[in-house]
Amino acid sequence: MSQVFGPWANTVAKLSIVLGVFFVAGSLALLDTVTRSSYVRYTGIARAQPIPFSHLHHANMGIDCRYCHTTVEEQAFANIPPTKVCMDCHSMVWSDSPMLAPVIESWETGEPIQWTRVHDMPDFVYFDHSAHVNKGIGCATCHGRVDQMPLVWKEQPLYMKWCLECHREPEQFIRPREEIFNMAYEMPENQLELGKQLVEEYDVKTHNHRLMDCWICHR
Amino acid sequence: MATDSSNYQEEVLGQADVMLGPGQTFESIDRDITDIVLTNKPPKAWWIGLGIAGALMGVLMLSVVMLLFFGVGIWGINSPVGWGIAIVNMVWWIGIGHAGTLISAILFLFRQDWRTSINRFAEAMTLFAVSAAGLFPVLHLGRPWMVYWFFPYPNTLGMYPQFRSPLMWDVFAISAYATISALFWYIGMVPDLATMRDRAKLKIQKIIYGIFAVGWRGSATHWHRYEVAYLLFAGLATPLVVSVHSIVALDFAASVIPGWHTTIFPPYFVAGAVFSGFAMVLTLTIPLRKIYHLEHFITLRHIDNMSKIMLANGLIVFYGYLNEVFFGWYSAHEFEMYMIWNRMTGPYAWSFWALIFCNGVVPQLLWMRRIRRNTIAIFCIAIVINIGMWLERFVIVVTSLHRDFLPSSWGMYTPTGWDWALYAGSAGFFFFAMFLFLRWVPMISIFEVKEVVHKMEHKH
Repeated sequence: MSQVFGPWANTVAKLSIVLGVFFVAGSLALLDTVTRSSYVRYTGIARAQPIPFSHLHHANMGIDCRYCHTTVEEQAFANIPPTKVCMDCHSMVWSDSPMLAPVIESWETGEPIQWTRVHDMPDFVYFDHSAHVNKGIGCATCHGRVDQMPLVWKEQPLYMKWCLECHREPEQFIRPREEIFNMAYEMPENQLELGKQLVEEYDVKTHNHRLMDCWICHR
Repeated sequence: MATDSSNYQEEVLGQADVMLGPGQTFESIDRDITDIVLTNKPPKAWWIGLGIAGALMGVLMLSVVMLLFFGVGIWGINSPVGWGIAIVNMVWWIGIGHAGTLISAILFLFRQDWRTSINRFAEAMTLFAVSAAGLFPVLHLGRPWMVYWFFPYPNTLGMYPQFRSPLMWDVFAISAYATISALFWYIGMVPDLATMRDRAKLKIQKIIYGIFAVGWRGSATHWHRYEVAYLLFAGLATPLVVSVHSIVALDFAASVIPGWHTTIFPPYFVAGAVFSGFAMVLTLTIPLRKIYHLEHFITLRHIDNMSKIMLANGLIVFYGYLNEVFFGWYSAHEFEMYMIWNRMTGPYAWSFWALIFCNGVVPQLLWMRRIRRNTIAIFCIAIVINIGMWLERFVIVVTSLHRDFLPSSWGMYTPTGWDWALYAGSAGFFFFAMFLFLRWVPMISIFEVKEVVHKMEHKH
């Protein structure tokens, strides 16, 4: 009986090696790209909310972050304001606007507004806003320019490597305490020098605060 | 059955020490080995075996699904015994694999021609045993779907595995071992796959064997490249025989648990691995040669040689047991002495004494030539050694852990039904794969047996 495969099969065999390597390498690269993509991480995607609340609009009127996010300096959770806080102004301003109807309804019925959470850390991560805010990490470092976001999106991917970049070298990102809520703060030329000084001054890295230990975030 | 084959050996073949029955020609070897796959109907025993193994595969599926669904809580593990029979089974299977590599690589480098009849399926055994072993550490993780965290790859965690941990070395040792074993097995099979292709009757057989024979035409260039590649692979695989089980041993030895923290562990584990591996090869060989009538390929000389290797390694292992006891006493260390005493008289004393019986006493029978040439006796001894080597890992894992340093944290470990189900399932996988191997590829290396014929002819 004659052979089933002719000399052409040699080409196929050689080609299959090359294509096999490309296939494996390509699949791995694709997987990695997808894992880091904004599609999976939700970065840069403005999230729909029950009320189209604009941080851009409210921040530009000069309202401080802490007017609504009251507990950011004392507690782990930065607080989502109750309807009462909205009504401080909106009982008098724009109270008839159809856009605000859900707020008025919530105020009348006492049912809280169901906001869509944009920054959601997994439950196995212990994150404390007060620790960061009091040790010189500004809002904008993690949340981006919220004062320029009509609807809020996630600026940073929030994966562990991103957390560790700062925990490893906080001097790269730290700022003076009085600049925490300054959304337009820009790092000075001598950031590393100033950063090292601030890390020292705010007691960020001394022996009991080992930022790279597992238990710092996974308690 | 044994007396049958002994008689066959003595009467039909006329002499007891041949490597190959007389009257073999290249043509008859081709025919005898390829016909098993290409033309013969599988024997009834094959169907029965495949059915049982297939049923056990079902048990494997069920126990894996249950484990994924409910978590490791369905096993008997808890504090202080966190490594139950899942780890016992892993070490047991990986040990079994070692005989295949020893036969194919080390005996090749030492030019032991008698290996040719048994190396193919011993290597297949290695491959399937390593795969079965790989199941356990992965399923033991608790979250097996995170298994890729084992590997150092650029990830979004910004973390690498802990390279100082022997458990990490294990990942590389076992995956390298599985890869080399698979390649070595396949490379050594290419000329035979070409024979299969050429002798195949059906077009589909021609195509499939043709693909896997990668265009082998048996030219001098092909043979030259083959010889070089095979030698290199033998060279690569040889250190693995020693390194893999040494690193498995370090998983234990690098800890501080009395009964684990011992420098003798690596060599003693390697000897144990070869010991159990040969026991498994014999457990498989003896029924196999009978069922497929391969007595003229796998002669009593093979059984005899393997028994001798088994005896030698059994003695090393037994020396290891004596050493453990001696150093427990010699250390004058409270916890070490207690550990040894507890092994011999504690709640798991039955496993220790059963181990001494299986691995220390029974293998002494192999000193007798009459026993080494009695296939039934060897089959039974091999089974006893398989059990003994399983018990050895049970003693090491469980008795060392169940008595912690603080009496307040002492506890007992009893495997649950799901522990046993997974073990039975892994055996199902192993045998299922073995049965498929017997059906699809030549189980004896055709061209290497032909080389033996050639050498024998030229000697006379």
